[in-house]
Order: sequence, then structure tokens, then C-alpha cells
Amino acid sequence: MIVEAVGLRKSFGSQVVLDGVDLQVAEGTVFALLGPNGAGKTTTVRILTTLAHPDGGSATVAGYDVVRQPAKVRAAISLTGQTVAVDDDQTGRENLVMLGRLMHLSRPRARQRAAELLDRFDLVDAMDRRVRTYSGGMRRRLDLAMSLVATPRVIFLDEPTTGLDPSSRTTMWDAINELVRTGTTIVLTTQYLEEADRLADRIVLLDHGRIVADGTADALKEQVGGDRLDLRFGTADDLARAASRLGPGALPDTEQLLLQLPSDGSAKQLHVVLDELRDAGIEVARVSSHRPTLDDVFLTLTEHR
Amino acid sequence: MSTTLVHGGPGNAVSDALTMIGRSIRLSRRNVDTLIMAIVLPLLLMTLYVYVFGGAINTGTEYINYVVPGILLLCTGHGAASTAMSVTYDMTSGMIDRLRSLPIRSGAVLTGHVVASVARNAMSTTVVLAAALAMGFRPVAGAGDWLLVAGLLLGYVLALSWLAAGLGVLARTVESASAFSFVMLFIPYLSSAFVPTDTMPAVLRPISEHQPITPVIETVRGLLTGTPIGDSGWLAVLWTAALLAASVTFAITTYIRRTTH
Repeated sequence: MIVEAVGLRKSFGSQVVLDGVDLQVAEGTVFALLGPNGAGKTTTVRILTTLAHPDGGSATVAGYDVVRQPAKVRAAISLTGQTVAVDDDQTGRENLVMLGRLMHLSRPRARQRAAELLDRFDLVDAMDRRVRTYSGGMRRRLDLAMSLVATPRVIFLDEPTTGLDPSSRTTMWDAINELVRTGTTIVLTTQYLEEADRLADRIVLLDHGRIVADGTADALKEQVGGDRLDLRFGTADDLARAASRLGPGALPDTEQLLLQLPSDGSAKQLHVVLDELRDAGIEVARVSSHRPTLDDVFLTLTEHR
Repeated sequence: MSTTLVHGGPGNAVSDALTMIGRSIRLSRRNVDTLIMAIVLPLLLMTLYVYVFGGAINTGTEYINYVVPGILLLCTGHGAASTAMSVTYDMTSGMIDRLRSLPIRSGAVLTGHVVASVARNAMSTTVVLAAALAMGFRPVAGAGDWLLVAGLLLGYVLALSWLAAGLGVLARTVESASAFSFVMLFIPYLSSAFVPTDTMPAVLRPISEHQPITPVIETVRGLLTGTPIGDSGWLAVLWTAALLAASVTFAITTYIRRTTH
């Protein structure tokens, strides 16, 4: 395990932010910490990146203890925080070369590394413009590029796409997926379920400083049940007749004139259901097929506690 | 990709500091507002004092010869104080988390800001001095005197810049950090910068005579225009050295305290 935490606790005054968090991240995987605002995601990341001390518990990153060997941990990781950490009045290239020099690369090597990263993050056209003139998406990409100057073993991304427009978000996801292909381990926090779903091998759902679920996106979705068919009717009478016809598995919602059926997701089942209703003279107004999303997981697990 | 990280070492400490100095100088060169302010404000004040108030102030010499050393001190003090704002800006932006997670020495970030401040001040002081000469300032200093003036002003700017850097680390917002610039703009009024201290009321006189700026001004004035220096010379050196030592200690310990939780 390249990241391992046991029983992390942290309070600010009387407010408990982390209440015993255990984490295990395998090398070369993408690990997502998912949770609403104030769940303790950022605090967890700050502890793992040596920027904050835990009140209790312990953690190792790349085999080093985050409290006792912070310098070793820092040399193995990089952090891209919630606020973009670049100099607005330097150009993209100057920012990257500066960081390379501070990582003690030789001047030519720092320049070469900057050029590689500018190319990889699609910033070549803007490299000699001041960062002040960049769009939000370009700034985030530069910020991520800054984290990669020294090829860290673990990259921590704290809400990498918060506040980005959908197209910048997609570009950012591509960049992150690209990193995974090179074997880098990624720990990311996000409030977006779609993001965790798209990127993460493993998801930990955090709520009020505790882990409420842990697993792959699919395993989490299964916790709230399988696929469903939603049938909508024009009248309450049609709804009632359809419900009695389709048996005990069907859940009617008389207010919305909606009938929810468990489904295996196949087209054949849809045919059978629609044929049966047509034969009985019941008119179906709309049909939709519904796969549980992480949103369902999220709401189910964070509300019903 | 075989990027290796090398830690510590005196060679790295120097190259880290140089990298941070290059950064701060680039940033201040591009921050045109602050740069213009650092030059325009002293020029305006000098014009005001020489042409508006000067006629009514009797210092026993040409007033411009009396006031220019004071203006130089005000200019450098004000300029050095703006370091506080750039430091606070770094501390409150995400940049500081990135910088402190790097394998570099704690002093490098602040050193960059302080050296850039010295460079800014050298430039603005030169401009103000050139304008003073054009307005009729007639120094009598020889080459040795000029060197001493440059050395003393350098020490003074260094000390104030480190003090400003420390205050910049402490300040929570850039706005509150800018308060130091105002303080440094007004402190010279309670010194011999614009009028001789013996014209001030008895309550203010001891403050004005014994605050550190007065001996520095008297020394610069003596070296440039030939007025008697007396005890002011060694007092100025002593004050500046003590202020420098205290400021560096204050700035670095504050920085270390603020960046480790």
C-alpha cells in the first residue's frame, strides 16, 4: 500500500473533523475521497501531505510516516490544492522553469521539463503569456503541470475540477487519466460523483469525518439496488391496473402516476412488459430506464444515518 | 523520466535564493502600479516641500538641500514597506503551500522578496535623486561620501524590508499589510526629515530626536551637504545594524511558525 492511514482523528476546537478514518491506497491506482462540503476530505489530504498533524492515528505515504518523516514524504508526493498555486504575473513557462529549479533540476533540464509539460497539457500556445490572461481551465492545467515537474510517486488532487466549466472538466479528466497510464498513484477528493465514477478505481465515501462506504463505483451502486424501469401513466386508473397486473415487485407512486419496476436492463424485458400492458388496454405515457448513479448512493448513505 | 531530487547543501541554498530573487524581481517589474507609486509619491512630496512649503520653512540653508535627504529616506522606507504586501499576497494565495512543500530552506522565499525590494528601491531612489538634482539640489559630497550614503541607505532598506517581510507573514490580508506603508509614510514627519527637530513642541522633540530615522537622516544630510554629523554617524550605523538583526530574526521565526502546524 503506497498510502495507508489508521484511525486518523482531527478536531478544530470542539468541532470533530475526522473521527477515525482508515484508508488504503494501492500503488498505481486512482483513489477518490468523495463527500459533501465539510466531510473532512481536505483535512485528510492535508494530513497525508504533511501540512497538518493528526490528533490521533497514524499514516504513511510511500512508506514514510507523515508526522515523523515529513521531508521524505514531501519528496515523494505533490499536492494540487483547491486554490490554484501559480504566479499570475509570471508566464506559464516561467512558472514551470522556476519550480524545476527549486526542485534542483539543472537549468537546461528545468527548461526541457517545462517544455514537455507545456506540450502535454496543451499550453504551448499560451506558454509565454502571463498566467493572468489564462482561462480557469488553463490555470488548473498549469497548476497540475506544476505538480508533475519532479515526477512524484503519489499525486494528491484536492477538488481538481471544482468551478470548472464542463469542457475544461473533461480536459482535466483526460489529463488525469493520462497520468494514471504512466503508473502514478492518484488520491483525489471530489464532491462530484460523476468525477469519482469516471476516474476512480476505488471510492471512499466520507461524511461527518467518518467513512460511510468503501468500494468500487459499481459495488457502491449495487448497495442501493440494481436497474429500474420507470413507467409513467396518463391516469390513476391506468396506474392502478398496471400495478396489479405487473405483480408485487412494482412500486406505484400515485402522486406522480409513476410505476417503478425492478429490471435486468434487457430490451427483452421491456418488450414483455409493454406487450402485456398493451394487451390489457393500458396506455403507457412514457418509459425510462434508470441505472442507479453514485448520486443515489450518496443520498441514500448520507441521509439515512 | 528520471527526475532526481537533491536536498540541502550550501550550493542549493544559494541557487534556491537566486531562483526566488529572480521570481520576485520579475513579479515586481510587472506590478507596474506599485512601481509607479514608489517613484511618483516621493516626487510629488518633494515638489510639494520644495516649491509649496519650502519658501516658508527656515532651516538656515537652501531648503531643497535640507529636505532631499529626508525625501530619500521617506522614499526608501515607503518602498521597503510595500514588501509586506507582496509577502502577504504569497502567504494568503495557494502559492505558499506549494513553496513550503518543496525541499528548500525557509529563508529562500523571504530572501527573494527582500532582495527584490532592495532592487526596486535602488531604482526609485536613483530616479528621485536625479529629479532632485534637476530641481536644484546641490550636494557637496565626494565619491567616498556617496559610497557611505549608498551603504547606509542599503542597510536601512534591508532592515526595513526584512521588518516588512515579517509583518507581511503576520498580516492576514493584503489590505492590513498595506498599513505598514502608511506608517512608513508618516514616521519621517516625526524626525528631522522636513523641519529641524528643535522647532517642535517639547512633547514631540524627544521622540523625534531619538527615533532611529533621525540619526540616519542627519548622517545622510551631513555626508551629502556638509552639515555637522556628530554622534549621528555611529548612532545611525548602530540603529540600522540592530534593526536589521532583529528584523531578520523576527521575519524568519514568524515564517517558520506560520508555515508549520
